[in-house]
This record gives sequence, C-alpha cells and structure tokens, in this order.
Amino acid sequence: MRGGNSVKFIRKSSYDYDLRLFPEPEDKFWYALLGIALLIAPLILPPYFLGQAVLVGIYVIAGFGLMLLSGYTGQISLGHAAFFAVGAYATAVLEKSLPFVLAFPAAGLIAGAVGILVGLPALRLSGIYLAIGTLASSFIIGEVIARWESVTRGSSGFAISKIRIGDFLLDSDARLYYLVIAVAVAALWLGRNILRSPLGIAMMAIRDSQTAAQSVGVPLARVKLIAFALSAAFTGLAGALYAHKIQFIDPDQFTLLLSVELLVIIFIGGIGSLHGCVFGAVFIIVLPQAIAILKDHIPSYLAEQTGLQAAIYAVLLLGFILFEPAGLYGIWLKTKHYFSQFPHYQKGSQKDQKSHARGESW
Amino acid sequence: MALLEVRNIEAYYGAAVALRGVSLDVAQGTMVAVLGANGAGKTTLLKTITGALDPRAGSVTFNGVEIQGRETWDVAALGIAHVPEGREVFRHLSVEENLRMGAYRRSDSDEVEKDLQAVYDYFPRLRERGRQHAGLLSGGEQQMVAIGRAVMGRPSLMLLDEPSLGLSPLLVQEIFHIIRRLAAERGTTMLLVEQNANIALSVSDIGYVLEVGRIVLTGPSRELAENPDVREFYLGVRDAGVRGTRRWRRKKQWR
Repeated sequence: MRGGNSVKFIRKSSYDYDLRLFPEPEDKFWYALLGIALLIAPLILPPYFLGQAVLVGIYVIAGFGLMLLSGYTGQISLGHAAFFAVGAYATAVLEKSLPFVLAFPAAGLIAGAVGILVGLPALRLSGIYLAIGTLASSFIIGEVIARWESVTRGSSGFAISKIRIGDFLLDSDARLYYLVIAVAVAALWLGRNILRSPLGIAMMAIRDSQTAAQSVGVPLARVKLIAFALSAAFTGLAGALYAHKIQFIDPDQFTLLLSVELLVIIFIGGIGSLHGCVFGAVFIIVLPQAIAILKDHIPSYLAEQTGLQAAIYAVLLLGFILFEPAGLYGIWLKTKHYFSQFPHYQKGSQKDQKSHARGESW
Repeated sequence: MALLEVRNIEAYYGAAVALRGVSLDVAQGTMVAVLGANGAGKTTLLKTITGALDPRAGSVTFNGVEIQGRETWDVAALGIAHVPEGREVFRHLSVEENLRMGAYRRSDSDEVEKDLQAVYDYFPRLRERGRQHAGLLSGGEQQMVAIGRAVMGRPSLMLLDEPSLGLSPLLVQEIFHIIRRLAAERGTTMLLVEQNANIALSVSDIGYVLEVGRIVLTGPSRELAENPDVREFYLGVRDAGVRGTRRWRRKKQWR
C-alpha cells in the first residue's frame, strides 16, 4: 500500500482536491480520449485481440473487487476464485428461468451474500491467518459447487448460452466487449465514489490502524463485512461475465491459481490504486501471450518445462514486491513525473525507503 | 459520582494476569494520571476501559452506565476518546482526513468544522500539514494528529496512552502544555497513562501508581510528587541519607 500513495506528484491548491472525481482539470480530457479509444477499439482490433480485451475487462472488474478488500480495507484474501465461481454458477443457474438483465445483478447479490458468510468467521482473523481462512472458505465453496450436482451439474460442467438482453443477442465478441467495458467503467466509477465517501475513508482507516479506527467509533465488524460483501459482489459479477465469455464452466476453472492471479493483478498493478486494477488486468492477460512468444525463442528443453508460466509469475511478483512495491501504477506515476519535470528531473528523487512491504500494512 | 468508575477489574492475556483488581475514579473535569513501569498494566487498563479487552471480573461505569465488555466503537460513541499508544495515525490518509475521522460518529457538520478549526488553532503545525499524508509526519506531529483526532469527537473523557512516547523533551513540554489547555478550555476530563512521572505529576490533579497489575498508591499529584518512594522509583531523585550519599537501596513501603 505504501506504493500508490508514497509516490504522488500533485499540486494541491484547493481543499476539495481529494474529494473531486477528477482531481486535475486535464484528467477529464485524457479520460475522454481513453473513452473514445475504448469505444472504437472493436472497429480496429482483430478478433483475437478483441477476445483478449473482453477478458481484460472481466479481470478489471474482479481485480477491482479484490482491491476494495485487500488494497483499501487491508484484508488479504486468497479465496476470491470462490466468489468468481459463485457469480459464474449463479448466473448460469438463474438464467434457466430468468432473463440476463435480472440474473446478472442477482448473481452479484448472491456472491455478495456468500462474501458476508465468508467474512463473518474472517472478522477475527488478520494477516496470514486471514489468508488461510479465506483460502479454506474457497475450498469449501469449490467443493460445494463440485458436489451439488443437481444444481451445478458437478464436474460434467455447465454450458451457457449467449447473453440476450430483450430481443438483442450479444452474439459477437464486439457486443460482449461493450457490455463488459460498460460494467467495468461503472464499477470503477462506483469505486471512486465509494472511496470518496465516509465508508471508503473508514475502510482505509481500518487498513491503516484498526486500533485507532475503532477508537474513533468505526464499527469494525460492519465496515469489514460491507467490504467483504462489495468485494465478493464485484468479483461475482466478473465471474458471471466470464461464464458468458467462455460459455462453458466447470469447477476446475476456479482454482487457487485464479485466486493467485487476482492477487497478482492488484499487487503488480499497484496495490491501493484503482488504476492498478486496470494495469494489473492488462498485465495478467498479456503475460501468457508474451510467454508463448518467448517460448519460440528459448532452447526447447526450457520451453517445454511444465510450470514455466508459474515460475515467471513468481519471479515477476517477487521482483515487483522487492523493487517496485507501487506496481505498474508506480512506474506510470514516475514516468509521468519524469516528463512533467523535464529537463529538471533529479536522479534519485524516486528512491524508495529501504524497507520491504510488511504484511498487511503495506 | 465520578465520571468514570473502574471497580476491581481483572484482565488476563490468555493465562497471564495483567490486572489484578484495579479500581480508580476519574471525577468530572479533572486530569488523572496513572504511573507505572513497563508491564505494569497501564495500557491494559485503558484497553479494558475502551472495550478492546474484556475484563474477566469487575466493572467499568461511565456516566452511570456499565460499559465493560462493550464493543470499542460503541464505547467511543458514548464520548470516550482514546489516543492509542504509539499514535496509530492513519498513515495513508491526509492529516485533515485523519482529523475528520475523529468525528466519524458525529453528524453536526457545522460544529465539526468549528472543532476542526479549533484543533488547527491548538496545533498550528497541523494546519500547514493539512494535505500531507499523516505517515510522512514526524513523531511529534503524528502525536498531535492523534490528540487532535480524539478532540474531534468532542469526548467528555479522553484517554491518553503515553503521549510522551519517543518525543524529545521539548516536544513533550509542548504536547503537555496543549493537553493542559485542552482540559482547561474545553473542559475535557482526562485519564493519562505515563512513564514520564515527572511531567505527568506536574500536569495532573490526581495520581495513581500501578505496579504489576495493582494500584499501590494514590493521592493528589502534588502529594505523590513528595512521596519518598515515588521520588526515588519514579522521579529518580535519591535523597541523601543522614551520613551523606546513601549506599543502600530503599525498600518500597507498599511491598
């Protein structure tokens, strides 16, 4: 957490700065430009990349869910794959009788409710114990999904039809892309607003000091549960969209690896920043492609090793934690700083303090 | 009836006894100091009052209501503000956000603004630092944030846990000067826990000495400061014996 906030180059000239939706006036321009780019992307991108862009959008939503809990409330979770799975299965099951427009938000609500159930026993845990607790919960949920065959069809899997909104069928990646981007933008916009509200500040207060937060009257249990619920709900919505993108789900898709991927998104993206979710999601989708390309250029005895991908994940994650705890977002800020100061940039002005991310209080 | 009455509380960490039946009174409008060495149970006492720790026996009465065993945030809402040991500022929130968090349970926003300005008047340094992340402040400034945050809740009772911890002697003077002003000007009752007996006894009205979980001595602070045992063991003054420099070690009377 020390990342996103320790490197900040801002010219605060008004007391409302922190409360504005777009702090700098030029932000509006850049976001508008980004919006246009997102809108025309399906017209330019080749089909394969468009499919990847849909996945990026889905991971942004899921990463944002985890960011609320881990990045902003300081509660680490190794079990978010479970909420992702709950969202995916909830929409799959509900759509047998309900239209998508109802099943989709209902999937979010169900995942949120499961989030509260997981959050209840997790209230008394912190740090490594919380990670283990959430991990255990996710195994339980995974097992329930695999065994509850009358509803989930167990390990034989569940085929899911394309999204239909009214008479409109989302039968191409381009159409799905617009839906996913809309949900992702809505989630981030909502997130930005939550973080400016008393609830968001209370969440960050809990992250920074539980002792102090409760001694000024923040109801720890309630705020943590809300964070769990919101986090699980957004991750569940991402799962629901994922189910429609892949069109076939089975319990093997939602393993520990997915939970770890979500953690990689927020850590490498930049923990404690909403931009981080986006950077991290792009990273996690691009990386396997990069590894695939890399495989063509390295000796075959290396390329054919199983676990190459996991090893690269691990090395990168370690590298970021050691050398750039602020993640890709930190690199982004530093680059921006370099150009905004040009040619007066001073070497060493970006030196981080020589301490490592310590447990929860990053 | 005193504002805060602690009666015979016993607190444990697992099997380890931390408090062995502590009783104390904090009367409305006074400043009470609890002195004690490391491990005496000072912090445990405050934790038990705020509800962070449930006592195994005994009662804590605030304003005539028993509060032991309640949730910390509910106790805070009753008007007990806690300045925790080691400051515990919200590192990644700005100074102003930190202060506003102190008013988390209040809804009278006009009055909150007034109190914010009042806190800035007490600690002009914080006004300058208003937009900075609290984690980037010096120790003394962080202590000011922690105290200011407590003031923002308009508490009727403030619990201060070692406000002198890790501060230079000059800053300690400054902080305690402001604590005394807060007590006088805002009428806030204070319960102060300190290792620095010198300063604690000079600002407080009533003192208690806590030793391994028991109150061993109490009285008006001025009298405590004259007590030979307190002088030797807490103020570090060694009175000369009849034959010049003393060579023996005094026994504490309460042992």
